[in-house]
Amino acid sequence: MTRFERLRLDGVTRQFAGVDALSELSLEIQRGEFIALLGPSGCGKSTALNCLAGLLPLTAGSIWRDDVRLDTLPPERRGFGMVFQNYALFPHMSVQKNVSFGLQMHGVTRAETRRRTTDAIRLVHLEEHATKLPGQLSGGQQQRVAIARAVVIEPSLVLMDEPLSNLDAKLRLEMRTEIRRLHQSLGLTTVYVTHDQEEALSLSDRLVVLRDGRVQQIGTPEEVHTRPANRHVADFMGYRNLLPGRASSGASLLLEPSGVRVKGTPVGSVNDGDPVVAAIRPEDIRLDGDREATVDVVEYQGREFTVEARTDDGLMLHLRTGTRLSVGDKVRVGFPPDRLLLFPAEAS
Amino acid sequence: MTATTVAIRHRLAERGVDRQMLLLVPATVFVVALFVYPFAYGIAVSLQPAEGGLLAAYQAFFADAYQRDTIGTTLAIALPAALLNVVASVPIAYRMRGRFRGKRLLTTILVVPITLGTVLTAEGLLNFLGPAGWFNRFLVTTGLTDAPVRLTNNYWGVFFSLVITGFPFAFLLVLSYLSGIDPSLERAAATLGAGWRQRFFRITLPLLAPGLATTFCLTFVLAFSVFPSAILVGDPSGSTRVISIAAYEAAYVRYDYAGASAAAIIMGAVELVVIAIVLGLRGLLYTGSTAGGKG
Amino acid sequence: MRRSIVASPAAWLVWGTVIVFFVFLTGIIGSVVVNSFGLRWFDSWLPEAYTTDWYGQAWDEFTLLPVLTVTLIVCLLVAGISVLVGVPAAYVLARRRFPGSRFLYLLFLLPILMPPITYGIPLATVLYKYGLAGHLSGVVLANLVPSIPFVILTMTPFIEQIDPAVERAARMCGARTRHVFYRILAPLLVPGILASVILVVVRTVGMFELTFLTAGPDSQTLVVALFYSMSAAGIRAQQSVDAMAVIYCVMMLTLLVVALRFVNPTQLVARVKEDPE
Repeated sequence: MTRFERLRLDGVTRQFAGVDALSELSLEIQRGEFIALLGPSGCGKSTALNCLAGLLPLTAGSIWRDDVRLDTLPPERRGFGMVFQNYALFPHMSVQKNVSFGLQMHGVTRAETRRRTTDAIRLVHLEEHATKLPGQLSGGQQQRVAIARAVVIEPSLVLMDEPLSNLDAKLRLEMRTEIRRLHQSLGLTTVYVTHDQEEALSLSDRLVVLRDGRVQQIGTPEEVHTRPANRHVADFMGYRNLLPGRASSGASLLLEPSGVRVKGTPVGSVNDGDPVVAAIRPEDIRLDGDREATVDVVEYQGREFTVEARTDDGLMLHLRTGTRLSVGDKVRVGFPPDRLLLFPAEAS
Repeated sequence: MTATTVAIRHRLAERGVDRQMLLLVPATVFVVALFVYPFAYGIAVSLQPAEGGLLAAYQAFFADAYQRDTIGTTLAIALPAALLNVVASVPIAYRMRGRFRGKRLLTTILVVPITLGTVLTAEGLLNFLGPAGWFNRFLVTTGLTDAPVRLTNNYWGVFFSLVITGFPFAFLLVLSYLSGIDPSLERAAATLGAGWRQRFFRITLPLLAPGLATTFCLTFVLAFSVFPSAILVGDPSGSTRVISIAAYEAAYVRYDYAGASAAAIIMGAVELVVIAIVLGLRGLLYTGSTAGGKG
Repeated sequence: MRRSIVASPAAWLVWGTVIVFFVFLTGIIGSVVVNSFGLRWFDSWLPEAYTTDWYGQAWDEFTLLPVLTVTLIVCLLVAGISVLVGVPAAYVLARRRFPGSRFLYLLFLLPILMPPITYGIPLATVLYKYGLAGHLSGVVLANLVPSIPFVILTMTPFIEQIDPAVERAARMCGARTRHVFYRILAPLLVPGILASVILVVVRTVGMFELTFLTAGPDSQTLVVALFYSMSAAGIRAQQSVDAMAVIYCVMMLTLLVVALRFVNPTQLVARVKEDPE
């Protein structure tokens, strides 16, 4: 494995037909880190991954591994491994041949190739399927082959492009744990692209949230989860209640259209009189508050209920609760000030 | 590598231009050297006749009724043959678009005449439709006619040869276009109360029409280039003196290369005009996905 | 679709047309075959006696061995060259959009759309000018004109159905362009290449006009030799011409049977998708 301390992206920009698909992504990745690129579809996260892999040339910026400039190298000479969304296994090669292909391309000796291939296949628990063709495997097994193929060359960086999105819900959870386990036991450095915030939170050491090709926030899962940098990140991280209003006297706002005053925590610079957006997660809304609301819709979610309720002054709220509610029931809601985040409302 | 070359390469790559484009070079060279250049050469030759001005070869072609009429003769053979092939294909393909036993066998047998080509078909037609052939023998024996019908060495011989090779071609194309139309569209129409006539004319036919135009063009190209059968089963000096014969005679009988090139280019131009008209009309039709809903 | 038990008049008409067509087809091929074995056949349904002598006669008179050899060599050369030249071009055209790609595609389509005579005559003139026509090389070069575009057209759907991510995956495994082609694309394209080779061979054996215009006495393929013997009818016995036609026929049908192992019948006609399964 190429020894290195850090990988540096410096103002990486990619345009398509003059429009920025990714603009000025700067990021330092430490060896052994698990980075997730998170964002809705079309946010530029796959562009970023492909630029890093060398599959897309950059429009501007540079990529460095310590002091080696990588962005001028073709993908096959960067020494990265990649797991594709639809696995992209070589359909005419057996599992074994798929895994050993990269070793052969790197000129590894035959004995060494055999040993490392066997190890990699054992690592993903596919010993008894080693001679099968990809077409004979299930989706989860194909995914394991793709992972084995990517890590067997001991890449300095493993790139994963929504690797779990084609799997069913149960398998997705299993593979998530598997990927984290492999990352830790092999000491890999990983960049992982996903649109699933839960996946990103559970897997990564650090998150990069992208929107419209621009970085919105870089931080640990906890930071991004509890302190989203702006209303878009909040929206994407599960703050389903976004309430428009106007800031007044510091940490409180007047909700629109009712003019009711609530207390919150401002994020960024919020001046009195500015239009703001108050964001709060469904699970953070208390049901022992002082504001009355009527239940409109109830969805059963297993252990909990997701409830849509309307306050008397016309606010529509999403809540979560463990108690069974019926349509038409009255609840009393309240907003804990430390959980209600106030963001400047930008023109969108 | 300097920064500027990287930047230029990136800019080109963004527009889809990079070193892999070199793979196109051999094929392009072949087509330019063996198709474009000869064509241009042919045009140049046609503009430099042994005597007369720039367009003398073309003037000579159009002034001589014996040459000029070959255009009409060719169209009179090719257009009806192509039209018949396409029109006959539609009901037959419509009936056979589902899956049934022996479909593969049927289509296999249909490719046989295409594979055999016009020369062998001509030989067979001479034997089969000739005055002493099985067909006339059948007509006379059953009393349908008193004397053998003359079906070879005239217009009909060529026409039959074009149908024998052209019909399967058109049929297979129409069949594949029909199979591309989502059958659930017709079922949807049926649930809305449309009978088979309405289903065919209001749903299937409009979706099939652009395919039919393309099929007509391709069948017409085959029929238009009729050459061996026009000589072998036709009447090459009279009713089936098609334009390709005129071009061939000019080149290899009279050694008038300007005239031959002119005839070849007129032939190409006439064909392209017909195709352009058909494709122009096709442009007025709905052309898009024939799948129902998500594709 | 529901099927009624009693066939409608329309169905009768459709099946009737199909049957008439097949009767004609059988008659055309059958009369050639019967005649080639007939000893004396003048005014009767079938010949009075049968013989195989016409085949021997045709073999000697028309010097069929060299003709068949030429046919074989021409086919192999044309198929080989057009695959080597056409497949890489098809790859780029299938994978990329670049300024002028549509124009280039149209350029490759034109030789298939134009009647061979229209470009065959100027092409033959050019080839004669450079001393390339009148022998084997001219025949091969002329036949490449429609064959290379045909390979490009046949290969494009085969290439399009290979997921580009597979190539990217190979690159990420460290494969150079060369390796991507030999280790990944070539094995995956084998069915497509086989199909196009066979289709090119079938078309080249049957291609009359171009070979006719460029062949010399020693470079005739079977179909051209057949044409000459037919247009010189009366000099040779009709039966021996028919014997030659049967040989041609057998050759074509053998090729067809081989071809159909790799392609479906519609592909012999044009680039179209198989019926949805």
